This record gives sequence, C-alpha cells and structure tokens, in this order.
Amino acid sequence: MAATTPKPPVTGAGPFNGVLTWVDQRFPLISLWKEHAADYWAPKNFNFWYYFGSLAMLVLVIQIASGIFLTMNYKPDAANAFASVEYIMRDVPGGWLIRYIHSTGASMFFICVYLHMARGLMYGSYRKPRELIWIFGVLIYLSLMGEAFFGYLLPWGQMSYWGAQVIINLFGTIPFIGEGLAIWIRGDYNVSDATLNRFFALHVIALPLVLLGLVAAHLMALHEVGSNNPDGVEIKKDIDPVSGHPRDGIPFHPYYTVKDTFGVAVFLIVFSIIVFFSPEVGGYFLEYNNFIPADPLKTPEHIAPVWYFTPFYAMLRAIPPMFGSQFPGVAVMGAATMILFALPWLDRGRVKSIRYRGTKYRVWFTLFVISFLLLGYLGVEPTTVWGQFSNGLPLVGGDYVALWAARVLTTVYFLFFVLMPWYTANDNERPEPARVTW
Amino acid sequence: MKKLLAFLAFLPVLAFASSGGVPLEHAPVNLHDKQSLQRGAAIFVNHCLNCHSASAMRYARLEDLGLTEPQIRANLMLSAEKIGETMTTAMDPAVAKAAFGIVPPDLSLIGRSRSPDWLYSYLKSFYKDPKSKTGWNNTVFPNVAMPNVLWEYQGEQALHVTERQDPNTGDMIRSSHLVLESPGSLTRMEYDQYTADLVNYLTYMAEPAQTDRKFWGIIALFVLSAFAVIALMLKNEFWKDVK
Repeated sequence: MAATTPKPPVTGAGPFNGVLTWVDQRFPLISLWKEHAADYWAPKNFNFWYYFGSLAMLVLVIQIASGIFLTMNYKPDAANAFASVEYIMRDVPGGWLIRYIHSTGASMFFICVYLHMARGLMYGSYRKPRELIWIFGVLIYLSLMGEAFFGYLLPWGQMSYWGAQVIINLFGTIPFIGEGLAIWIRGDYNVSDATLNRFFALHVIALPLVLLGLVAAHLMALHEVGSNNPDGVEIKKDIDPVSGHPRDGIPFHPYYTVKDTFGVAVFLIVFSIIVFFSPEVGGYFLEYNNFIPADPLKTPEHIAPVWYFTPFYAMLRAIPPMFGSQFPGVAVMGAATMILFALPWLDRGRVKSIRYRGTKYRVWFTLFVISFLLLGYLGVEPTTVWGQFSNGLPLVGGDYVALWAARVLTTVYFLFFVLMPWYTANDNERPEPARVTW
Repeated sequence: MKKLLAFLAFLPVLAFASSGGVPLEHAPVNLHDKQSLQRGAAIFVNHCLNCHSASAMRYARLEDLGLTEPQIRANLMLSAEKIGETMTTAMDPAVAKAAFGIVPPDLSLIGRSRSPDWLYSYLKSFYKDPKSKTGWNNTVFPNVAMPNVLWEYQGEQALHVTERQDPNTGDMIRSSHLVLESPGSLTRMEYDQYTADLVNYLTYMAEPAQTDRKFWGIIALFVLSAFAVIALMLKNEFWKDVK
C-alpha cells in the first residue's frame, strides 16, 4: 500500500538531504538503514568472538571482488587452465596479488566461519528463538564447502585433480545410484575438461549466488530476533520504559560499525602478512604438489585435501570398508555435517552460555573441540603418522595408532551431539544473571 | 606482530621437514644477489633447457635480474627469436620419451613444487650406477631418469656402502655416502656455488614476483597499521559513553 502522506524529508545529511529524500520517497532507504544499522539494538557486551561474523562477510566480498578479476584472465579449459594461472601470476599486472588474495581468502573464510560457529556453540546462539539463524548458518557452511571444493579444481594442479577425483568417487560409493551419480557430477568417466567447465560455472555463478542469498537470509533472521551475547541473556527482557530500548543494548551503528572497523583493520594486517610474506603458509593454504600440472596418469603418493576439510577426511579414513564398500565412511562423513542441523533441538540446557553451564556440558564441549582439532590434524597426515609410538601397544599394533585415534575421536564428535539431550537435561548449571555482565 | 611473523616463518619448517628419507642440505638462496641469479640463468639456458622447458618464463622477464634486452639476446637466447617468447626446449617430446622413458618435466615451477633445499641436494647427489639405464643414479631421487648433466663440472661420484655391527645390539648398521672418484673441472666449493646459483635462479623463476611481493607487503603493513591505530582511537572515542 502506498503511503497516503509523503514520508518526512531526510535530515542530517547536509548537502545530500535533497537526493536522499528523493530516493527515500521511492525506496525504503531510511527504514532499511534503521532496521539493520542505526536502530538495530545489539547487546553491549560483545567480546572478541563477535568479530568473526562481520569478518566472514568481509571475506565474502573480498572473494567476489578478487574472483571477478581472476575470471577475466583465467581459462576454464583442461589444456590451458594451469598455464593461465601462471599467466596471471607472471604477466597480468598485479595478477599475483589478486591470485594470492583469492587463495588466502579461501582459507581465511573457513577460519572466520569456524570461529564464528565455535562462538555460536559456546554462547548457545542456536537456541530458541535463533534456530533458523543457525540453520541458515549451517547451509552457508555447506555451500562454502562446495564453493571451496569447486574452486580448488580450477588451478588444475595435481592436488586439484586428484582431490576432485577422490571426492567425486565418494559419491560413487552410494549404493545403487552411486556410479551414475559420479558420472553425472563429472560429466565424464574421469575428471576431465567437462568437469572443469562445470565446476567453473558452479564456482563463479551458482554457489556465489546461493551464498549471497543465504547470507541475506541469515542476517534478516538475526535482525528479526536480535543478537545473542556472551551471557546468553535476552536483552529484550529489560526495556527502558522511557526510551523503549533495551537497557543493555546499543545501536549497531555507530557502536559496532566502528568496533568492527577496528576488527577489519587487525584482520587485514594478518591477511596481508600471509598474502605478501607467506602465501603458501607452509603448504597449508597452497599445497606444493599443486604447482605440478594435473596428470591423469600419475597418482600422487599422498593425497591430502586442504586443511579445512581434513576433520571430515580423517573420519572418512577412520571408518573401515564394509561389505566391500567405502560407503559407511562416506555416510559417517555426511552425517557429521548433517547432525549440525539438529543441534537446536538436542540442547535441553536451561541456560544458553557456557559461562553458566554445568560441568557435564563443559567437559563434553572441551572434548568436542579437542576431537575436531585432532581430527583436522590427522586428516593432514598420512595414516602412518605416530607409527613409531605403536610398537609396544597391544591390539592397536603396527601403524594403526592414528587410525584408532581417529576412530575414538570420531565417536567423541558424534557423542557430543547424540548424548546432548541427556547431559544437558540434568547439569549443575548456575543461574543466568538478570542483566548482561559488563 | 613480531611473534606472528616469527610463527609464520616457522610454519614451512613444520610442514615440509622430510623428503625422501635423505637429509637435505640447506640451499643458500638469496634473491637479492643479482650476480648469482644471472649466473644461474646462464647455467639454466646452457644445460637445463636442452631437455627441459620453462614454458611460463619469458626471456624478457630476465630484465628482473638487472640485464638489458641486448644482453639477454646475446647471452641467454640460444634458440628463441623473440624476446617475448617463453623458454621452450628444442628437444622433441617423443625423442625425449624414447631416450629417457619420460618427457622431462617443465621446470617453470620446480622451485615451488620442490623446495630449494631439495633441488640443491638433488643436484649434488648424482653417482655412477652401472645398473641404471643412463649409468647414473641419485640418492635424493632414487632411480631418477635424468643423468648427471653437470658431471663435467662436478666430476663422478660413487656410492660407498659400509656395513658394521653395532657392538651393543648386534644389529647390522648400513651407512652409505657419496665419494668423489674422479674430479671435474670445478673444485667441490666451486661446484657448490655453481649449483647454488642454479637453485637460486630456479627459485626466482618459480615466482618472479616474490621480491616485489615482499616490498609491497612492507608498504601494506605500514598503511594498515596506521589504519588500525586510527580505527582503535575512533572506536574508543565512540565507546566512551557506553556505560
């Protein structure tokens, strides 16, 4: 419905009042700005962990911007892809910078997202009424994994090629439909030019669109219910009757815009140290084997995915094949990500934040974090790592210490979720304070 | 900040400590030593380019090493005609395959897929082995298809294997080391410098922009540090009234 009375003119923007009034009378400019920034009341007690949401968004922008320039010079063609990346590195002015920004951004995106998710876990940001924010978040995480996987094929190095080969073969293990599915994904019987072309399309168009849509939904859901905070206390319970705003809230703009600007500055310093001084990060951000062009006839000795996939890769390797099929490992790996969706309904604690949680939750949370990090480490290493420690051990024997460690850690990862309804239901929690601690 | 830099500098050591079971020698790489890079480039075009190519490297780029276009044309462009051409080998891949069993790999990025230490150790670890097709073998890259093309300079090494019994455990301990049997035209120290120059050049060629990159990095860090300080002051100013 069109407003019957025209909106009041915009004030406070000096020489721009006129043009902003013109726009505002035709577009919800001021109301959007108020809803999402100037009049969005956020808790005042955000701590260090609260930087990573805005930083993840910054990395998304960095990836899209640098990606556009890479696309101008990259050739999605099995015969030219590898050389075109080196062309960018050597002959395109500033090309090396754009490429390193993009390759560093990929890993930094996951660092931000993992820290952002850890924050959500610690402070119960997935609890009612924020379940949908969490679900959108998990969808963002899954899309990001797809985006990273598709993008990793594009340089067409040995690790690009064989990594894609391994991951697509995982889909091939699904009973009945697997083989057809794997061929459908590749567009060929092997990873080939057809695969590269479609992965390019998915990487530069499909998944970025999905990601942008999900980020918008994630933010809209957040601004609908309001932000959680390190105390897990709802600030909307304590409204100042005079102003009508939460007593523990502050407007997002200018307080958090200016605080996040500082976060951005520090983040960009870390980002630049990597881009300019160590873009490979010891083979973790750019694998050494990926500087060898893809060779379909030569399988590398040790195929390791990039670090952000390794916790799940370790789970995959930990599960033995059953009935001559690798599918159980694949199913476990899939379940490890899918179980995240159920989290809001598994947690029955009376408090949200780990600050007031009881001993049982704290122990389980600590075990979960340790198992995720150790699985990540094990996924990077060959299964024979730690072989030298196993000589005297019964049962385990041989080179299988790491394998058994991965099995135990995978179990811990799942038990954290599966047992949550019980250990959170009768925990020795402390009462939440009435207002946020500050 | 310094701690962070130190940590980042340490990371590569953590990740790539081992290689092939043979301890690697440290390669004295110095990308600011233009004399060494120029000598390395000359060694590369004279010896490596006969069989290997460097298809990502243009001759014109050698101006990075402080050379002028006429100097590059006169001294380094042995088979190419245009300065903008990339370094391609004259050897036919089919001929190479017949001779060595594989097509010699492109070396544009060998300084990145292999570490400089690996390359340096590899180039010094050839030995005569009558059992191999080429008559050569290598301790860093066992059964490598490549012969020691630098033998005239290094001379011929042999692998001496000794076995002795450990007096405490009774286990046999096998140890092997390379012995120079007939010297080449360079002394051991001269050959070390010779291979160091070549590895220096290969490291440069794998990423010609890396000197540039570090230069711009310093500037970026200065600008961003100033930005961080201003942003922090601004944040503190705004947050004064949050009670």
